[in-house]
Amino acid sequence: MSGDREAALRARAALESVMDPEVPVLSIVELGIVRDVAVEDAAVTVTVTPTYSGCPAMRTIEEGIVVALERAGFAKVLIKTVYAPAWTTDWIEAPAREKLRAYGIAPPERTEAGPLVQLAPLVRRVPCPFCGSSDTSLESEFGATACKSLHTCHACRQPFEHFKGF
Amino acid sequence: MSGPLFEYLLRLGDDRLVLGHRLSEWCGHGPILEEDIATTNIALDLLGHATMFLRLAGQLEGKGRDEDALAYWRDEHEFRNLQLCELPNGDFGFTILRQFLFDAWSLHWLEALTRSSHAELGAIAAKALKETRYHLRHSGEWVQRLGDGTEESHARMQAALDELWPWTGELDYQDSVDQALRSDAVVPDLALLRPPWEALTREVIGRATLRIPDGPPRMTGGRCGRHTEHLGHLLAELQIVARSHPGAKW
Repeated sequence: MSGDREAALRARAALESVMDPEVPVLSIVELGIVRDVAVEDAAVTVTVTPTYSGCPAMRTIEEGIVVALERAGFAKVLIKTVYAPAWTTDWIEAPAREKLRAYGIAPPERTEAGPLVQLAPLVRRVPCPFCGSSDTSLESEFGATACKSLHTCHACRQPFEHFKGF
Repeated sequence: MSGPLFEYLLRLGDDRLVLGHRLSEWCGHGPILEEDIATTNIALDLLGHATMFLRLAGQLEGKGRDEDALAYWRDEHEFRNLQLCELPNGDFGFTILRQFLFDAWSLHWLEALTRSSHAELGAIAAKALKETRYHLRHSGEWVQRLGDGTEESHARMQAALDELWPWTGELDYQDSVDQALRSDAVVPDLALLRPPWEALTREVIGRATLRIPDGPPRMTGGRCGRHTEHLGHLLAELQIVARSHPGAKW
C-alpha cells in the first residue's frame, strides 16, 4: 500500500511541527517521543512513549498530535502509548542537541549502564551552554522540570539548566 | 474480588499514589527551594508510576474503570498500599527517611518485576525503575547528610528511624494473591527481596551513624485494606474535588 506509506510520511512531517511544551525548541519527533506512525484506511496511528513517567506535558502533547494531524487532513487519529523500550535521552540526535545548547540548555550526556544501586551523587562537570567552560558545578539534580538539573558556571557566572542524560 | 493481577497492580499503584500525594504536600513548604522542587518532581514521578499500574489494573478488570476512577472513587478499605506510605509527613527528615526506605524497596521490587512473564507489567516496571534509581540516590544522600550531620539533625533522624523501622515489616507481606501469580512467573517472591533491601538500608543507615531500633514489627494489613487512621484524611483531600464535581472537565 504505497498510498498509505506516503500518507505516513506526510503524517510524520506534520508531527515535526509539534513542539515539546516544556522544551519548545525540540519537536516530539526529535525528542524520540514518536516511536511509529502508521496509516491504514485513512486512519493514522501514532505510537508514542512518555519521556519521564511524571511528565505532566504528555496530555498536552497528545492534544498537539491530534491538532497537527487534523490540520494535515487526517480525520481519524489514534494514539497508542508504549513503555518498552523505555525512553532514553540517547535518542536525541546531534542536531537536536545543538538546538538545546543554543537555547541555553546544556544537552544530555550519553547514558551508561551503571550499577542498580547508585548512591553517591553524580559529580559531573557539565559544559556551560553559554561560554563552553567546564568550570561548573551541580546545584541540584532537580530543576524546573523533571528532565533538567540545575548548574552554575564559575567562568561566566551564569546559572544554567542541563537536560539530564537518562 | 477481581483477579489476582488486578489486586497486585492495586498494591503497586496505591503505594505510589498515596506516597506521591504525601510528597506533594511539601509543595511550597520545602526546607529550601531546590528541595521543594525535588520533592514535588519525585511526587510527579510516583503519580506517573501509579497511573501506569492503575490504568493496567482497570484494563484487566474490564469494568470500565480507568486510573482516575480507581484513584478517586474507591474508599479507604479498597486501598492496598503499605501503611508506611500513608503516615503523615512529620518533619523533612521523617519524610526523606521514609522515602529512602520505600525507594530502596521499590528499586528491588521493580527490578525483579522487569523479568515478569507479563510483558506489559515488565515494561512498566522497567520504565519506573529508571526513575526510582535517581529517587534512591537523592533520598539516600539526604539520609546520610542529615544522620551524620548536626546534633539536631542526627537526633531527629534517629527519632524518625525509631518510628519508621517497625512499619517496614509489611514490605514483603505476601498472601494468596502473590502465590497465584508467582507460579506463572508474573511476580517475584518478595521474601527474596528482603535480604538485598536490608543490606542496602543497613549500609546507608550505618553511614548515617544511625541505629536500627530493636523491637517487633508493627501490625500489617495495608495489602488487605486495613489502614491507619491517617489514610482516610489523606483520601478526603485527594478525592474531594473529583467527588464534589463528578465528571468535571477543565
